[in-house]
Amino acid sequence: MNLFPILPLIILSGTSILIILLIAVNRNYNISFGLNLIGLSAAFISLFYISRELPQNISNFLIIDNYALFFIGLLIAASFTVSLLSYSHLKNYSGSREEYYVLLLIATLGSSVLVCSNNFVSFFLGLEVLSVSLYILIAYTREFQRSLEAGIKYLILAAASSAFLLFGMALLYAEYGTMNFIGISMGFKSIGVTPLVLTGFGMMIVGIGFKLAVVPFHMWTPDVYEGASAPVTAFIATVSKGGMFALLLRFFFTINGYQYHSIILIFSIIAIASMIGGNLLALFQQNVKRILAYSSIAHLGYLLVAFISGNKLTTEAVTFYLVAYFITIIGALGIVTILSNKEKEAEDLDDYKGLFWRRPLIAAIFTAMLLSLAGIPLTAGFIGKYLLLAAGIGSTLWLLSIVLVLSSVIGLYYYLRIITAMYSTKGDVDEKKLSPVFSVGGSIALAFLTLFLVWLGVFPSGLMAMIKTFVGL
Amino acid sequence: MILFWLIAILLIGGLLAWLFEKVNVTAVRVISLLALLVDFIMIVIFWITNYDSIKLGINNDWITEINWNWIPEFGIRFHLAIDGLSLMLIALTLFLGILSVLTSWSEIRERVGFFHFNILWILAGIMGVFLSLDLFLFYFFWEVMLIPMYFIIGIWGHENRVYAAFKFFIFTQASGLLMFIAILALYFIHGSQTGNYTFEYEALLGTSLSSTAAMWLMLGFLIAFAVKLPAIPFHNWLPDAHTEAPTAGSVILAGLLLKTGAYGMLRFVLPLFPLAAKEFAPIAMLIGVAGILYGAKLAFAQTDLKRLVAYSSVSHMGFVMLGIFAMNQLAFQGVIMQMIAHGISTGALFILVGSLQERIHTRDLNQMGGLWEQVPRMGAIGLLFTLASLGLPGLGNFVAEFLVLAGSYQASIYITVLAALGLVASTIYSLRIMQKVFYGNKVKEWKLNDFNSREMITMGSMIIIIVWLGIFPQTFLNTSKKTMENLISNPNRIKIVNNVKQNSFELSNKLIFPQGYKIQNDLNISYISFNKKIMGER
Repeated sequence: MNLFPILPLIILSGTSILIILLIAVNRNYNISFGLNLIGLSAAFISLFYISRELPQNISNFLIIDNYALFFIGLLIAASFTVSLLSYSHLKNYSGSREEYYVLLLIATLGSSVLVCSNNFVSFFLGLEVLSVSLYILIAYTREFQRSLEAGIKYLILAAASSAFLLFGMALLYAEYGTMNFIGISMGFKSIGVTPLVLTGFGMMIVGIGFKLAVVPFHMWTPDVYEGASAPVTAFIATVSKGGMFALLLRFFFTINGYQYHSIILIFSIIAIASMIGGNLLALFQQNVKRILAYSSIAHLGYLLVAFISGNKLTTEAVTFYLVAYFITIIGALGIVTILSNKEKEAEDLDDYKGLFWRRPLIAAIFTAMLLSLAGIPLTAGFIGKYLLLAAGIGSTLWLLSIVLVLSSVIGLYYYLRIITAMYSTKGDVDEKKLSPVFSVGGSIALAFLTLFLVWLGVFPSGLMAMIKTFVGL
Repeated sequence: MILFWLIAILLIGGLLAWLFEKVNVTAVRVISLLALLVDFIMIVIFWITNYDSIKLGINNDWITEINWNWIPEFGIRFHLAIDGLSLMLIALTLFLGILSVLTSWSEIRERVGFFHFNILWILAGIMGVFLSLDLFLFYFFWEVMLIPMYFIIGIWGHENRVYAAFKFFIFTQASGLLMFIAILALYFIHGSQTGNYTFEYEALLGTSLSSTAAMWLMLGFLIAFAVKLPAIPFHNWLPDAHTEAPTAGSVILAGLLLKTGAYGMLRFVLPLFPLAAKEFAPIAMLIGVAGILYGAKLAFAQTDLKRLVAYSSVSHMGFVMLGIFAMNQLAFQGVIMQMIAHGISTGALFILVGSLQERIHTRDLNQMGGLWEQVPRMGAIGLLFTLASLGLPGLGNFVAEFLVLAGSYQASIYITVLAALGLVASTIYSLRIMQKVFYGNKVKEWKLNDFNSREMITMGSMIIIIVWLGIFPQTFLNTSKKTMENLISNPNRIKIVNNVKQNSFELSNKLIFPQGYKIQNDLNISYISFNKKIMGER
């Protein structure tokens, strides 16, 4: 069997083993950080080498095609940025720090497996690899009660939802006798949607919905976002959710789920509930990380609108929006990271009072990120929202489009609240309360994210052309 | 290219102004002023050189345009074009821009660089709105002007600024997004009919819509513009925003941002959905009249001077709504005049209120009275502009309101009678300003200085324009005439031209005369309009 096409996955797992071995010999934070970056870069570069002979099926489990390639690249890039942001954040941590990067690599590996799986087995394998490393990452700073609580909460809920997912898969298998996506689409045609299949799908939606944190499976989000350290939160928001969404899209396109109205109806209800619920719940939060958590629920709802549309714009819209969302949310949580210190994360709205007059650059970047989340022009978020709406209206999903628009107006309110706090002139926060550590890597990462954000907002053509060539399902 | 530079100079000027904040505050003001002056001189020269051709209507629909690819995947182009209507509004934008920099010279003392950055970027956004011929680009600029305005109100505003800024932003953003849905729907309907997915204004003009679809889409556009205008019942962001904003913000809000609503109705609602607009016209006219009367009534009831002026805007903008939906040449010309005259007169009143507040730190009418003795210049200028606002012949607003009423009389006599009552009401509240502030008994002994030379320059230039508007309105009417004729004579004119182009000529001609075809076409159009002109004069 030709294993060359899964070179990036091999590099990712190889690097993590290397770091584990190194830790056994000699604990060195800088070296394991460096190895992590080298591993991620190598995996990224290897994508170019394998791109020549695609698509390739790896036994019955994985499919490496352009779609997978694009998303693996995106996930690795996100993971790279998160690592850069984590460096200074973790540097002053008193416990063992090196394993953090091992877990980061393994989680990235799990998510990468998700985006190239075409079989329930690899799907579940990827998901579990991702989830298990996330349990530990969330509770990494375990002497803080909050982290521990968040970790356990995530562990229990994720395990329960995995069980649902697995049961759903089993039901589908019982009916169709196959775990392969293509086999399932055949089964759809020949056997049809029996009650058993519908139940199975319902259970799978529970598992998938949990990972995506859409209403009504969203309960864990605010607590986990708040409890995990800011870089880990960024990681969950991007690598975990993005990988899952890419898989969902591939799965749905392969089995051509758009012809089954009951499933579409379920997704529509979830989308509407997420958009409205997420935005409403975020309104009166005082904690920036909780605001971002609830807003992420709403954003996944927006993404579902394009997902449901199921026309030729769908994959482009979803992919572009995911890229924009990755940039934005890593940027926003990166700001939180940069402003935090060892004892306390900068997460209260009050911590941001008058930030613009103290640190204009950081506040300006944060403003750009928030405006992008709100979908205001000159930022990538605007083009992303345009694409989502275009996809929705292209399939005449009027109700979903109008809910998207109106709920994003609600969303505007809490983004503006943060912005207003930053620009309020009565900034009575004393400087000592928050003494951010200056980190070169983190600052460079943020600068680049901002650059990308504005660049994509003004000249989206390049990325769109790239998405068009890569991500056609 | 001039169109690109008009916008680019402001954007760059804004960034420079921000950067120079640390160096020198005066430098910031000078840079902003220079950027605006350069732009203003450019547009005035452009106006003068093209005045005759605009007047005769011998050029194409657009005096000049630029049309670049932006996001080709979705048929989005960077398409700016200028005609008589946008030319005047651009000139107004830059003129009021200069004035707002001048009025904030002593008013704004904190974070001056960021303030001027915001001012210049709003102005750039507004100009983009007046120039865009691509609906996506239009929406883009429509949104771009919001954020800086939000900051202007939220950072440099008065007591209740945060509330006002939120309200302003959410009202405009919500309505803007509804318009965006309508734009997208139009895009897809047009695309599915012709296979040509484009946001191009002139192409979309030819979309044939079912009457229900047209009505819904028209309402989608109209709601965004009605919020901006503002028309009743969407007006209630306006008094808060105007009152809480710093003077420059109020001037830009009243003078320019409201005009984008009127402009949008003229440029988009009527030409894109002529039949639906006609069907909706009676209701819209009623809304306009309601605005006139209700705004005037509320203006009369205010004790906060700035709020009073803000409500008077609601009343004046009612005339704009009325005129647009009266749908005839006279009324349209009146609307244009009203847009400019109101921009100047209300701008001047806001500047006056601003300078009063700077001196006596209150806007409460009950605290003022008998100020004329101490500030005769202020009093005289205030008198002039309140008279302008109540529609005294010889000043710009009279011409405007007269034309609107003359036009709407042809559409509906009853509505016109009601609207004319608005003139009486505006006399009452305008004279109340004079009575309460400058005449009457002294309530308190205020110590205040009269206008200094900088303020006299500001006011003097506005007086010249408002008098010019009143005495030689023809200069402005000539400039907008062609655009308005196009709106009236045949709203589907471009559609026909376009269809002909698409169906019969395009392919064959493009193959044979890749260049020549366009020139020939242009000549044809100018010949036709030239002919029309001659015939018309005979």
